[in-house]
Amino acid sequence: MYDRNVCEAHALRVREHILAMSTDGGCFTGASLSCADLLVYLYTSYLNVRPDNLSDPDRDILLLSKGHDVPALYGTFAELGILEPGRLANHLDCNDHIYWHPNRAVPGVEFHSGSLGHLLSVGMGMALSIHLEQRQSRVVVILGDGELNEGSIWEACQVAHSLHLDNLLAIVDRNWFQANMPTEELSPLEPLDEKFRAFGWNVLRVDGHDFDALHSVLPDLPLRNGAPTVLIADTMRGKGVPSIEARADRWFCNFSHDEVRQLTEELHGTSSATLVSPTLTVR
Amino acid sequence: MNRYELLLRDRCAIDPRIMVLTAENRGHMRSVPPLLGDRFVDVGIAEQTMIGMAAGLAARGRVVVVHALAAFLTLRAFEFIRDDVAIPNLPVIMVGMVPGVLSDGNGPTHQAIDDVGLMRAMPNVGVFCPADEEEYVEGMAELFDNPRPCYVRYIGSQAAYRREHRTTLQRGIVLSDDRECCPDVALLTYGAMVPHVLEAVQQLEQTGVSVRVVHLPMIDPLDETVIIEALHDAAVTVVVEDHLIRSGLYSVVCEIAIRHRIHASLHPIGLSTWFAAGRLPQVLRMNGLDGASIAHRVTEILNDEATIQRTSNGESHAS
Repeated sequence: MYDRNVCEAHALRVREHILAMSTDGGCFTGASLSCADLLVYLYTSYLNVRPDNLSDPDRDILLLSKGHDVPALYGTFAELGILEPGRLANHLDCNDHIYWHPNRAVPGVEFHSGSLGHLLSVGMGMALSIHLEQRQSRVVVILGDGELNEGSIWEACQVAHSLHLDNLLAIVDRNWFQANMPTEELSPLEPLDEKFRAFGWNVLRVDGHDFDALHSVLPDLPLRNGAPTVLIADTMRGKGVPSIEARADRWFCNFSHDEVRQLTEELHGTSSATLVSPTLTVR
Repeated sequence: MNRYELLLRDRCAIDPRIMVLTAENRGHMRSVPPLLGDRFVDVGIAEQTMIGMAAGLAARGRVVVVHALAAFLTLRAFEFIRDDVAIPNLPVIMVGMVPGVLSDGNGPTHQAIDDVGLMRAMPNVGVFCPADEEEYVEGMAELFDNPRPCYVRYIGSQAAYRREHRTTLQRGIVLSDDRECCPDVALLTYGAMVPHVLEAVQQLEQTGVSVRVVHLPMIDPLDETVIIEALHDAAVTVVVEDHLIRSGLYSVVCEIAIRHRIHASLHPIGLSTWFAAGRLPQVLRMNGLDGASIAHRVTEILNDEATIQRTSNGESHAS
């Protein structure tokens, strides 16, 4: 059911949602924009998850371990009818469940996150259970590259290999930034492929913004060869909005309404002036 | 097979949801792995991953019991317990090995003497501290019947006291009471301290001191009624625990006394810091936790109390 045009249309809308959530308290805009294409591809073309099967034990599972990109997930849910789109306007309203990290109380969210380095092991428990249930569902865990600083990720990698969890697919949103600076300046990750390979994982690498490229590898993943698989998706922080792209200082953003309007025009290519706003919150 | 191994074997046979995990801690259940097949998973020395996996398994509808050394389970994996088990309130039963004074010659890194306080501080997580193997197995059976997040201080020792009723996780157990409505002292305790407290009681009673002993296998949720009765009835209440005094049962009882506005003479016998490692009898003796030391300390407390009473009576006569 893969259709590149459909993916691109959804991705544009998801990015609009992300920008809309980047005001009135803001959100992790840069990290959300980098994985928007990944999530759109996965939910439209890979996972067997639909609004009407969210409790089907045979559904695939996606866990957002780098939880601060949740605007991309909720935006995708809104586009695909998993989440009522009007609820996005409740972002940061205590009366709804929509805050800066995934919340299990929101339809479609399989497990909450926030603290980094947790959901690979949670996903492994689900993958093990699914294996024992003799189901074919796949478990996909989205990891941030900055998140790979956490020792628990590598501990989990070791255990996943020992348990032969070949229904497990980790996808690294490799946007080359962590909170405040480029990953390679703080705690270099490369050669990342070799690191995962040394842990016994299958490793593939792909352009995380190229739908055709994603579609050329993902349908065959995870490789069912007795080892877990990781797909390193090279992406760009802030992808799609030049004023935000690949900037260390555009991780958490809380823009004014006017700025969001300008950024949305940038997204649509109708404004080429880049935003020089100093209204940045770097945590 | 020990009683716990039999319980795991029998429960897994009738309840397909149950999974048994360990972080390479299987000394007390060596015969279990071949019996349980792929429902037994040893993740290796990886407590955080074990808890995360347990949460993932529980999210799929399973009931998971995990095992690790108590210090590493509650400290190394603390945030995983909080985030992945407590927040979503998933049925993961967490068994901590060699808790309290039971860590033998391992030294302070292995001493789980803050575990009860840490786990009690966490919403949704129960704390179960059985006194012997029988109580442990009965309590675990009850947790399997009604699965919920719970931290368990493992103990595999022989009967600590003569059992009149089956243990339930609902109530504190009055182990010794000379039937006086107002004993000289109430001793509140739990877990591995129970036999030592009972030994102390024998010595105290020989000197004419009347004692009520209350064992609280469940620290959270706690049987507050039995504690409030003890605080009201006894002239002096002493909490005995192989745990840091700060954050342990003593702290909990203080909270209860204040909340219920009970003015009580309330004293701790417990640990102030990590203890010098060695064989258990010496550890108990050096930390005032063996029967004779407990009896001695309680006698001191009673004498102090009597002095205070005399002084205050004298003052009131003088005025």
